[in-house]
Amino acid sequence: MQKPGPRSRQGFLIQLRVANEGLRRAMPLLELRQVTRRFGDFTAVDHVDLAIDAGEFFTLLGPSGCGKTTLLRMIAGFEQPDEGQVLLDGVDLADSPPEARPVRTVFQSYALFPHMSVEGNVAFPLQMAKTPAREIPKRVAEALEDVRLTGFGRRYPHELSGGQRQRVAIARALVTHPTMLLLDEPLAALDAKLREEMQIELINLQKQAGITFVYVTHDQTEALALSHRIAVMNRGNVEQVDEPSKVYRFPKSRFVADFIGQCNLFSGTVAARDGGIVSIAVDALGTVRVATPSTIAPGTRASIALRPEQIRIGASQGDTASDNRFRGTVSDLLYMGDVTVYRVRTDGGAEVEALLANSQTGRAKFFEPGDAVEMDWPAAAGHFIED
Amino acid sequence: MATGAREAAQVRGKWLVSGPPILYLLVFFAAPTLIMAAASLRTPGEFGGLAPLVDEAGKLDLNFDSFARFFTEPVYLEVFVKSVIFATATTVLCLLIAYPLASVIATSPKRVRSLLLLLVILPFWSNFLIRIYAWMIILGPNAALARGVNGMLAWFGAGPVPLLFSSFAVLVCLVYVHLPFMVLPLYANLEKHDPALLDAAQDLGAHAWQRFWRITFPLSLPGVYAGAALVFIPALGIFAIPDLLGGPNDTLIGNLIKQQFLETRDWPFGSVLSIVLTVAALALAGLAAWFGQRATRARALVDA
Repeated sequence: MQKPGPRSRQGFLIQLRVANEGLRRAMPLLELRQVTRRFGDFTAVDHVDLAIDAGEFFTLLGPSGCGKTTLLRMIAGFEQPDEGQVLLDGVDLADSPPEARPVRTVFQSYALFPHMSVEGNVAFPLQMAKTPAREIPKRVAEALEDVRLTGFGRRYPHELSGGQRQRVAIARALVTHPTMLLLDEPLAALDAKLREEMQIELINLQKQAGITFVYVTHDQTEALALSHRIAVMNRGNVEQVDEPSKVYRFPKSRFVADFIGQCNLFSGTVAARDGGIVSIAVDALGTVRVATPSTIAPGTRASIALRPEQIRIGASQGDTASDNRFRGTVSDLLYMGDVTVYRVRTDGGAEVEALLANSQTGRAKFFEPGDAVEMDWPAAAGHFIED
Repeated sequence: MATGAREAAQVRGKWLVSGPPILYLLVFFAAPTLIMAAASLRTPGEFGGLAPLVDEAGKLDLNFDSFARFFTEPVYLEVFVKSVIFATATTVLCLLIAYPLASVIATSPKRVRSLLLLLVILPFWSNFLIRIYAWMIILGPNAALARGVNGMLAWFGAGPVPLLFSSFAVLVCLVYVHLPFMVLPLYANLEKHDPALLDAAQDLGAHAWQRFWRITFPLSLPGVYAGAALVFIPALGIFAIPDLLGGPNDTLIGNLIKQQFLETRDWPFGSVLSIVLTVAALALAGLAAWFGQRATRARALVDA
């Protein structure tokens, strides 16, 4: 997946990489070992271990202040870890400054040089890498073509739209064929429609270039849509590293369940365990059954994460057998066009969110506030979380 | 109509605000300049001042004699060129000293920053002449500085040199007096720079010197030009510093003008010198701006 040639100019690290050629397939491209960064009393990144493979689209997801940007800046070299190591192809990067690392960053503000034209911006890293002057125009043109900006070379950053600036920043970062691209909330400044377009473009670019992307965002939909794997971060810790569908469907902690997508979180005490089904007594709701291989002892506190779309909701479903069935009243609804989110207050007083696709023709939505409804879901729908 | 009345009121308000400063400029700047231009074409009076505009024969007495004198007697051009050299040297030295100073201030923490800026403008609180007299004491033959320098020179077998009443003293004081005028516009410019640009440059492979030369410096050029103009133009016409600190060979065009008006009382020639000074300052400032623009445009093409 790697382009030969221009890489070899990147010096020392590359030589080491070539020397390690035999090892490289067996080990991850980037490895963080016990990486820690403190600012005064505040621990921004707390003993993080991560391994990112070559060619991966890897996302660091978390709320603001969770340490994801600090982590990215440590990979780029702008911050030094107080403890732990950052290894690229098994080589500790502690002694190499940002300008010597074969990784490139796309900054949130794009950080285009305002006094240089688009071509000037894209040529800059090539000039820094001492690329022969003859080659530069060709390489710049190729990079601009990759981001569909052919013909914009003579423009200046202030003459471009937000989306175009974004693409210049990406072309500038990719023109030297780096080993890894670090993207710090690159779509945050764009409007919703453009963001969606750029997401698709980013996926294609990443596939085309075969370069490892490490992507930082606080937007969980973006993370789910783009990534091969997601690391969910909270307060300087990595809570879970998994594929998007696993992170969504099988969250490892209450935080992950709550942060990603909408989620009903039921907390209670384990009442019984019977052949892979655990019954939990949840306050205000009742007994909820969930399928899990866990061997948790009765009496322990535990939680169940249940996605709103896993709940079946109907007027009355009669007495067919179900693992979990609760009656309630619609207290609120959120009409979103394709789906409607119903907030149901159960007879016991618990609030449950259920989502229903507005798929039936002829009707805009199914229930109105005040309607009596029945919800049920199988034990396998919920996800068991040990507190 | 109501809108018409409102518009009229707006126009009246605009004139009310901009009228006084325009009037001030007309009376105290445009009029004197015209008077000076007219005076440059007249004949000096027998006992100073100006000869009557209409002579005894009833002829209008306007001539280019004073201009001819400036351009034909080499001593005046020499003084003029010397003034340009002094002003240029002052500007360059101020830039070299002010740039690091301004970047240190611009990158220091906010709390310290205002204190540092205060220190830069602190000298303005004492009188200009008093500060020059202070330099007379510092550079005087009995001061520690002159003794130290001459002691060292004697050690190498060289003769003693006077520090005061020399071109050296003039230049040192010119730089000292004009430094804040270079620091302030440079600071105002550098303070606005986005630090993410330097991060980006570093990330793209630029080491410290390349980051300065390719990013910081070109972006600071507007500040450099503003500072250079603020230093060069007053330095070109200054007379107090060469008067008080210079030797007999350090007469600059400012001294010459002062001499013509106050001592020789040759108003037409004094006016000619003033006009030459004004035109030269304007031309050089214009030239610098033009070069600056061309340089940025050329750089953009090179980058492409």
